[in-house]
Amino acid sequence: MYDFAYHKPASVADAVKILAADPDARPISGGMTLLPALKLRLNKPTSVVDLSGIAELHGVKREGDKLVIGALTRHGDVASSAEVKAAIPTLAAMAGTIGDTQVRNRGTMGGSVANNDPSADYPAALLALGATIQTDKRKLAAEDFFTGMFTTALEVGELVTAIHIPIPTKAGYAKMRNPASRYSMAGVFVAQTASGVRVAVNGAGANGVFREKAMEAALSANWSPDAVAGVKVDPGLLNGDIHGSAEYRAHLVTVMAKRAVIDAG
Amino acid sequence: MNVVTPFEGIGASLRRKEDFRFLMGRGQYVDDINRPGQTHAVMLRSPHAHATIDRIDTVAAKAMPGVKAIFVGEDMAAEQIGGIPCGWQIHNKDGSPMAEPMHPALALGKVRHVGDPVAVVIAETKSQARDAAEAIVVDYTPLPAVSGTEAALQPGAPQVHDGAPGNLCYDWHIGDKAAQEAAFARAARVVKFETTNNRLVPNAMEPRAAIGDFDSFSGDYTLYTTSQNPHVIRLLMGAFVLHIPESKLRVVAPDVGGGFGSKIYHYAEEAIVTWAAGKVKRPIKWTCERSESFMSDAHGRDHVSTAELALDAEGKILGLKVHTLANMGAYLSTFAPCVPTYLYATLLSGVYATPVIYAEVKAVFTNTVPVDAYRGAGRPEATYLLERLMDVAAAEAGLDKVDFRRRNFILPDQFPYQTPVALQYDSGDYHSTLEACLETAGWAGFEARRAESKTRGRLRGIGISTYVEACGIAPSAVVGSLGARAGLYEVGTIRVHPTGSVTVLTGAHSHGQGHETTFAQLIADKLGVPTANVDIVHGDTAKVPFGMGTYGSRSLAVGGSAMDKAMDKIIAKGKRIAAHLMEASVEDVEFERGTFRVAGTDKTKTLTDISLAAYVPHNYPIDEIEPGLEETAFYDPKNFTYPGGCHICEVEIDPETGRTEVLNFTAVDDVGRVINPMIVEGQVQGGVAQGIGQALLEAAIYDASGQLVSGSFMDYTMPRAGDLPDVGVATHVTLCTHNPLGVKGCGEVGAIGSPPAVMNAVVDALRDYGVRHVEMPATPQKIWGIVNAHRLAAE
Ligand SMILES: Cc1cc2nc3c(=O)[nH]c(=O)nc-3n(C[C@H](O)[C@H](O)[C@H](O)COP(=O)(O)OP(=O)(O)OC[C@H]3O[C@@H](n4cnc5c(N)ncnc54)[C@H](O)[C@@H]3O)c2cc1C
Repeated sequence: MYDFAYHKPASVADAVKILAADPDARPISGGMTLLPALKLRLNKPTSVVDLSGIAELHGVKREGDKLVIGALTRHGDVASSAEVKAAIPTLAAMAGTIGDTQVRNRGTMGGSVANNDPSADYPAALLALGATIQTDKRKLAAEDFFTGMFTTALEVGELVTAIHIPIPTKAGYAKMRNPASRYSMAGVFVAQTASGVRVAVNGAGANGVFREKAMEAALSANWSPDAVAGVKVDPGLLNGDIHGSAEYRAHLVTVMAKRAVIDAG
Repeated sequence: MNVVTPFEGIGASLRRKEDFRFLMGRGQYVDDINRPGQTHAVMLRSPHAHATIDRIDTVAAKAMPGVKAIFVGEDMAAEQIGGIPCGWQIHNKDGSPMAEPMHPALALGKVRHVGDPVAVVIAETKSQARDAAEAIVVDYTPLPAVSGTEAALQPGAPQVHDGAPGNLCYDWHIGDKAAQEAAFARAARVVKFETTNNRLVPNAMEPRAAIGDFDSFSGDYTLYTTSQNPHVIRLLMGAFVLHIPESKLRVVAPDVGGGFGSKIYHYAEEAIVTWAAGKVKRPIKWTCERSESFMSDAHGRDHVSTAELALDAEGKILGLKVHTLANMGAYLSTFAPCVPTYLYATLLSGVYATPVIYAEVKAVFTNTVPVDAYRGAGRPEATYLLERLMDVAAAEAGLDKVDFRRRNFILPDQFPYQTPVALQYDSGDYHSTLEACLETAGWAGFEARRAESKTRGRLRGIGISTYVEACGIAPSAVVGSLGARAGLYEVGTIRVHPTGSVTVLTGAHSHGQGHETTFAQLIADKLGVPTANVDIVHGDTAKVPFGMGTYGSRSLAVGGSAMDKAMDKIIAKGKRIAAHLMEASVEDVEFERGTFRVAGTDKTKTLTDISLAAYVPHNYPIDEIEPGLEETAFYDPKNFTYPGGCHICEVEIDPETGRTEVLNFTAVDDVGRVINPMIVEGQVQGGVAQGIGQALLEAAIYDASGQLVSGSFMDYTMPRAGDLPDVGVATHVTLCTHNPLGVKGCGEVGAIGSPPAVMNAVVDALRDYGVRHVEMPATPQKIWGIVNAHRLAAE
């Protein structure tokens, strides 16, 4: 690790002020992504702004027909939240499969969303559920927020503060893990929402998380595993590596979509 | 009072004495040691697989805060520091010695693999050393690289060493070629099989670490290192690299967190920190990072083989022919040359009465990390080749795979059995381990389970492997004649203290094996001293007289036997003292578990009475016997030991994803006499975990330019608890006939027997897909590829 200054502000306003004053400062939430990068010296921030002391960023609330999840809510807390389990059980189940116990006890939804790792779980859920990402400045629809691999619409110094998730009629998720990293290699989240059927894919897209419109159409016509079983995904739009070629991933997306529909019931 | 409960001796599943310290976080590993005034070293490593070093500029780096010194290869060369030596010399078919290119501790003029150390930075803190390492400017001219085992021998392949034309290290053979050809000429059928044994990264939980310390007052050097064999390191580093006499060099290997072979070898970093400590006159600590260990710890396996099996019309084996290419990596690691030769080809008879065998092995240099012994070393490669071949041959000959094995087994009355490839098996009972394993695994009822899986859309398969291995290495004269540059005996000292407690000094080293418990059980069983009063000391050349260390499942068979011999000497001396005290003749004194008795009387003395008399010799035969009660024995085994057995694995494949799940694994092993069944079970389970890892998960993958693509846990698939079934372990004992304990060894059997059992199950699961063979690791992508190709062909 290179040396850096450490700040622990108590409010979003203070955090934003520190970040605005120094474009090379970085926020840290759970540190599960940022700390390894610092240790490997892949990152050289001048200062690290620890968000964990900001009370307003913690916790899960139900507000009418949506869930509001604070950016600092840990994966383990999402997994065990009575509110999440009641409203979107598959989201709680998904949180329970992220990394391992240590990771779930540190990693946060805000950190995961801001990082937008193409293999991360949450981005597919938020895209499929039509979530809105709230920052210290504005509200962004998930579509507009996730802009590509490890990239988001966040500006330098802008903080994710909460995630608003409309409660779907039904939702399901299935993923094939990368054998080594155990991140998703092809994961599909399906949801019946107020704005129709939505299907989002993680782990496989050459440009990060994406919506699978052909599957959405198939499921709108006929909500059943068989409806997606015949939908082929174009490998040309997908990623390949030593664990899974684009062709294999394309196949897995279809299989996982089927299983996600079964999961949704 | 000395009371040994019946639960402490041989055969007791005593809980491990050392676990309290380990589980409480009180182990003392090298990185836990901090010497006064300690500095920190960071290695600057090559990012290139192959390049010339045109210039190294350390001026700016040397001026950075906290930097004490920076050394490069030329600095060591200027002081006549030797290359890292190889401990085993193989001879070519024509009798000439293998190519043995210089392996400088720090690269000289050229780098030959990604991770090859180029410079060492020594600074007050590790962070400062890293900062300075980043500030070193190295001008490289990249050269074409070769990483593949077969590619290395292709005409025009990049040359790794000038002194090894065509990248050939050696071209070796064993067996009778003419007899093999004659046998094949008579054969009703010859089955040919080709396979690659995947390259593995050992990944012990504790990364390597080393601290060099120099005492300018005495001129003594101390090296603390993560080693399985500190005396071997002292010998190799002292005599060949740094030219420090043994009397001036102490090597300490304290608690070590796993080795699996990768901590046998003498590594450059050990020599660098020891030498540099003498230069900067401060202790120097180096601790490997995980990503660094991927590119600097010796890798394992990496063979490409072709095997041909000749059968008669009844399915009896007439002969075997094997051709193997073995990747040595960029330099010869300590034992590398013997792994694909004497630890591999000599095992090709397996458990079968194969009349003739001819094997040739070519070892090649490539621009990759050196490859050396990894849990099982050569024997897993041989077993995998043979046991896959047996399945392939059974299928092609239309024979039941179990009957085919039975038909060719070496029979119990054939022992001692001389194989055509040098080894003589002393004992074994392959039918009994087979039948017990078939029974426990429910082999007969498998088809019903397969059918049940099918109803769920899953493909179930069952696989078997029957194996023998050679361990307990080794008779010094034999290995000497085969090219070893060291003896392979072991040393044990038994020190009975005045009040009867015992300290054992052993040359074996425990880094997960539980020696502090098992060895104490040997003492309890024979001398009657409770294990709580027995202390096992190992891992320090200043305390232990000598030793060859722990690998090749040798600690109990060789080290334990040395202790047993030393105990015999203690008892013999004790009898003389007891005879004096009880006014009897020595011949009349008997000893059993702590009590000396005049035969046929109730006159007794305890071991404590004797030890007290020995150290307080007031009433003592001082003219005939020296005071004290301490004995040392060196034990050189007469033969290898030959554990063997049967492994059965049941898998289920999800044809949609290609994922393979191991449902059951049953091991019935003959490891000779069992000292602690719980520890044997743990050793077998650990070995099986690594075997399943090799079969289904692990692969060190280099791209054509020599970059290690699977260079971290993000891409290198380590087995995790969830990947493993609850491995059922049972033993069936035949005693080793040539060591005093009757033990054979259990450290490697799990890793040796299991990969073919898993892969035979995978191939069996895919039987409807027209699959003859699947290469390891059977990853989901690979299995899906097979399923998909079959589907496409059907369309
Ligand atoms: C071993 C391991 C396994 C894992 N497996 C999985 C897995 O299976 N699936 C999965 O989805 N993830 C996985 N992860 C990632 C994990 O979920 C991380 O917790 C997550 O990606 C980042 O969350 P964090 O709170 O730790 O963020 P941090 O590491 O603190 O930050 C990550 C990035 O986001 C920025 N950031 C943090 N908070 C905010 C904010 N509120 N606003 C704006 N920017 C912010 C930081 O500056 C940094 O750039 C794994 C991680 C590890 C170490």
